[in-house]
Amino acid sequence: MKVEYKVKRYNPESDVALESFDTYVVELDQAATVLDGLIKIREEVDNTLTLRCSCRSAICGSCAMRINGQAMLACNTKVSDFEENGNIKLLVEPPGNMPVIKDLVVDFVPFWSKVKSVDPWLKSSHPPKYMEEHIASNESMLHLSGVMGCIMCGACVSDCTVLEVDKSFLGPAALAKAYRFVSDPRDDSTKFRLKALEKPSGMWDCTRCMQCVEVCPKGVDPMGRIMKLRDFAIQDGYKNTYGAKHTAVFTDSVKNTGWLNEFQLPLRTFGIFNVFKLLGLLPILLDALVSRKVPPVFHHKLPSVSSIQRIFKKVDLQITKRE
Amino acid sequence: MLKHDVLIIGAGLAGMRAAVAAKDLGADVALVSKVHPVRSHSNAAQGGINAALGHRGDKWEDHAYDTIKGSDYIADQDAVEIMAKEAGSEVISMEHMGVIFNRDDQGKLGTRAFGGQRKARTFFVADFTGQALLHVLYEQIVKSDVLVYEEWFVLSLIVQDGECSGAVMIDMKSGKIEVCIAKTVILATGGLGRVFEPSTNALICTGDGMALAYRAGVPMMDMEMVQYHPTTLKNNGALMSESARGEGAYLRNIDGERFMAKEGNAPKMMELASRDVVSRSEQKEINEGRGVDGCVLLDCTHLGEKLINEKLPQIRDLAKDFANVDMAKEPVPVRPGMHYQMGGIKTDVNGLTTLPNLYAAGECACVSVHGGNRLGANSLLDTLVFGRRAGEHAAEVSKNRSNPKISSTDVLKKHEEDIEKLLSNNDKNGFVFGSIRKEMGTLMNQYLAVFRDETGMQTALEKLSELKLKYKNIIVPDKGRVFNTALIFTLELGFMLDCAETIAISALERKESRGAHARTDMPDRDDKNWLKHVLVYKENDDAYRVDYLPVVITQWKPEERKY
Ligand SMILES: Cc1cc2nc3c(=O)[nH]c(=O)nc-3n(C[C@H](O)[C@H](O)[C@H](O)COP(=O)(O)OP(=O)(O)OC[C@H]3O[C@@H](n4cnc5c(N)ncnc54)[C@H](O)[C@@H]3O)c2cc1C
Ligand code: FES
Repeated sequence: MKVEYKVKRYNPESDVALESFDTYVVELDQAATVLDGLIKIREEVDNTLTLRCSCRSAICGSCAMRINGQAMLACNTKVSDFEENGNIKLLVEPPGNMPVIKDLVVDFVPFWSKVKSVDPWLKSSHPPKYMEEHIASNESMLHLSGVMGCIMCGACVSDCTVLEVDKSFLGPAALAKAYRFVSDPRDDSTKFRLKALEKPSGMWDCTRCMQCVEVCPKGVDPMGRIMKLRDFAIQDGYKNTYGAKHTAVFTDSVKNTGWLNEFQLPLRTFGIFNVFKLLGLLPILLDALVSRKVPPVFHHKLPSVSSIQRIFKKVDLQITKRE
Repeated sequence: MLKHDVLIIGAGLAGMRAAVAAKDLGADVALVSKVHPVRSHSNAAQGGINAALGHRGDKWEDHAYDTIKGSDYIADQDAVEIMAKEAGSEVISMEHMGVIFNRDDQGKLGTRAFGGQRKARTFFVADFTGQALLHVLYEQIVKSDVLVYEEWFVLSLIVQDGECSGAVMIDMKSGKIEVCIAKTVILATGGLGRVFEPSTNALICTGDGMALAYRAGVPMMDMEMVQYHPTTLKNNGALMSESARGEGAYLRNIDGERFMAKEGNAPKMMELASRDVVSRSEQKEINEGRGVDGCVLLDCTHLGEKLINEKLPQIRDLAKDFANVDMAKEPVPVRPGMHYQMGGIKTDVNGLTTLPNLYAAGECACVSVHGGNRLGANSLLDTLVFGRRAGEHAAEVSKNRSNPKISSTDVLKKHEEDIEKLLSNNDKNGFVFGSIRKEMGTLMNQYLAVFRDETGMQTALEKLSELKLKYKNIIVPDKGRVFNTALIFTLELGFMLDCAETIAISALERKESRGAHARTDMPDRDDKNWLKHVLVYKENDDAYRVDYLPVVITQWKPEERKY
C-alpha cells in the first residue's frame, strides 16, 4: 500500500530555506509502522533524513515525534491507523517544546536537566544488611512498575500545554519520576521531595489538560501522578502553598455553597493583603469585563447543596475506610 | 584534548556498572555513548537476571553447572564460578539502588523459571527487567555525577607503544572530532545483532567495540557462537521473551503437538531446554513441513489473562502490535531469530584484554561464561558482574599509571582527513550503506543461522569479501557535520563487516557441532579435537590469523548434553 509522508525538515548548516517540508511516497505492507516507512525513506530514498530510533519496540524511547499533530512513538504506531478513504497521508514533525537540532532530532538537554533536578535516585537512609533486600509488598512494587514503565521518550513534554507558555515548568516526565520515589515504600525522603516540588514551576503548575495522559505511549499517566503528589503534599501538611490553598478554597466553596465562588477563589488563595499577586490578576479581570464574563460578586448558596454535601460525606467515608 | 583516568565506551548495563564501580574507588571516570544511556540496548532485556541465593537453599555450584552444561562445555569454568558466586550480591545491590524487583508473599525477591536451569532462580521486574535495571543504574550515574559524553561516537582506539591510551571520538551534535587520552579504556559497546537481518537487536547493535578492539590487534574469541532465540516474531524479528515459557507457555507445531517431547529434542525439560536445543527442534519442525507459515506456535492461552497482564504485559503488546495476535486468546507464530553473540573480545576475569590498559565487559566481551550457548538471564548478570570487576580493576590500574603522552594533533589530523575523504567521495558508481547492510544481513542469516555447512559458510566468507571491496567505494550522501547519521551508519557498517568476517572465519574453523554451532555436515561434538576456543586476530588490512586456546576446566568434566 502507498503511504505519503510529509516530513518537516530543518538543516542548521544550510543557508537557504531553514525550515521546509519534503514529501515522500513509499510502498509499505499492511502491518508497517510509521518508523518502518521513515527507515525505508532514510535507507532507500533520502539518506539525509535524520531521526533518532533504535529498538523498534517501544522500549528505548528514541522515536517520539509528532504524527498528524500529536506526539507518539513512530515505532509502535501503524500507518494503517491513519487510513482515510483508502489514502494514508502522514504529517511528520519533531516533538514540540524542545529545540530542534536537525530534521526530527531535538535537543533533550533541558528535558534531562529537569529530570535530574528531582534527585532521581532512591534515598534510603537505613539500607538492609549485606545480602538482604528491602522487604516490600508485591502490590507496592507492581504499582511502581506503572511509573517505572516510563521510557523517557518526551512525548508528554512535547505536547504539554503548560510548557508551551512556561518553559520553566518541571513538566510531566520529571514530575512522574519524582512520584516514583515519593511513592516508593523504601524511600525515606518524601518530606524533602514534596517540599522541593511545591516550589513555583513544580507540581502545582499543572493545569490538568490531560494531554500528557493521552499521548503517553506507555500508560504512565503523568497527570494522575502529579495529582497524587498534590494529595500527598496536602496530607503531609504542606498546606501553605498557593496550590494547596487553591484546592482547599475550591473544595470549601463547593462543599458549603454547592458551586464555585470564582470571585473569592483568588482572594482567599493569595490572601486579601497580597496586593502584588492580586494586581497581577487585573488584566484577567479586565478581559473578563470586556467579554462580560465577570463572576457574580454576591455568591449565593444553591438550593440543592444538601445533595452535594452527601457526595462529600460519601467520599470522606470511603477515604477513612481505605485508610 | 580530553583527559580521564578511566574512559568507558558504552553506557548500557556493563558500562554504567563499570562507571559506578570505578567512581566509588575515586577515579576520574567518563562514559561515552552514541545514544543517551537510557536508550542503550540493555533496555530490551525482558525476562530477568539469574542468581543462586545460598540462604534460600539454592547453590552457586548448581547455577555454575547449568551454565556450563548450557555452554556445551566450552565456557571457562573459572570465570563461570566467579559469575555464579558473585551473582547474589550483585542482584541484591541493584535492589538496594532501587530496582523494583517482583516480590513473593513475604515481600522478598520473587523468582521465575528460565530455560536450561533446574531451579527457578531468575529475578525479574515484570517483563521489562532490562529497562528497570538500566534506568536505576542511570540514576546512580546522575547521583554520583559521572560525566557522560552523550551522543558521541567512538571512531578508534589510541594504541601507542603496545598500550591502549585513549580513544578518538566524534561529537554527533557538532560533528567535531576530539582525542580523549585515558589511562585505561573499557569497551562496553554491546552486541552485533544488526550484522544479521532480521535480529531481535536494536538498530544500534553494530558490534563497534568488537571491531575497534579487533582493529587494535586484540583477538576475537568464539565468534562462531551466535545465539538464535527460539521465539521471535516473523514480521520484524521482535522478541517474545523466554519468560512466556518460564511462566508455562507451550510450543506447538501445526498439528497442535508439543514437539519438544519428541525423542532427540528435550522430553524432560521440554520448552525450557537450552535455547540452541529449542531453536534446532523448531527449525526441524519448520523444515520438515510441520510449521505454520515458516513458524511454530507459542501457546499462552492456558495461562490466563491475569497472569499475562501482571507478568508478561510488554510482550502481549508486542504480539498485538507486530503480529496482530492477542496472546491471551490465540497462539503467537514465532520462529528462531538471531539474538545474541556469545563470542567477542577475549578478556580475563577482570575484563582485561590482551592489550595492556584495554578492558572489555558485557556482550562485546568473551570472558568466557557463555561458551557455545548462553542461558537466558545470564547475560544481564554477565554485564553487571564483569562490568563491576572491569571498573574496579581499571580504577586501580589507573592509580599507578601516569598520563600517557600522545601527540594528539597528529592523531586528530589523521582522523579528520579520513572523515573528510569519506564525505568527499562522490563517485557515481559508489555504494551507500543501506544496500550493503541488507546484503550482509541476509547472507549471514542464510549461511550462519541455526544450521550450517561448509559450502554455505564458504559462500558467506567469499560474499563478505566482495562486500568489503564495495565498502571501499562507499559514499555518504549527507555532506553536513551536524548530526550526520548517514555518516555514522556508514562507519558502523565498516565495523559490522569486520565482525561478520570474524564470525564466518571462526565458524569455518570449528569442524564439529557444539552449542549454537550446528553443522549438518559434521553433526557430532568432538571433545578430542575441539574442546577449545577459536581466536581470530587481524594481521593487517585484509589478512587474519587463527589461533586456539584450551578451555579452563575446574570441576565439571564434559558429559553428554541431554535435556
Ligand atoms: C530483545 C532482547 C531481550 C533480552 N533479554 C534478556 C534477558 O531477559 N536476560 C538477559 O540476561 N539478557 C537478555 N538479553 C541480552 C542482554 O540484554 C544484552 O546482552 C545486554 O543488555 C548487553 O548489555 P551491554 O551493557 O553489554 O550493552 P548495551 O546495553 O547494548 O550497551 C552498549 C552501549 O555501547 C554504546 N556504544 C556502542 N558503540 C559505540 C560507539 N562506537 N561509540 C560510542 N558508544 C557506543 C551504546 O550507545 C550503548 O550505550 C536480551 C537481549 C535482547 C536483544
Ligand atoms: S525506536 Fe525505541 S522507542 Fe521507538
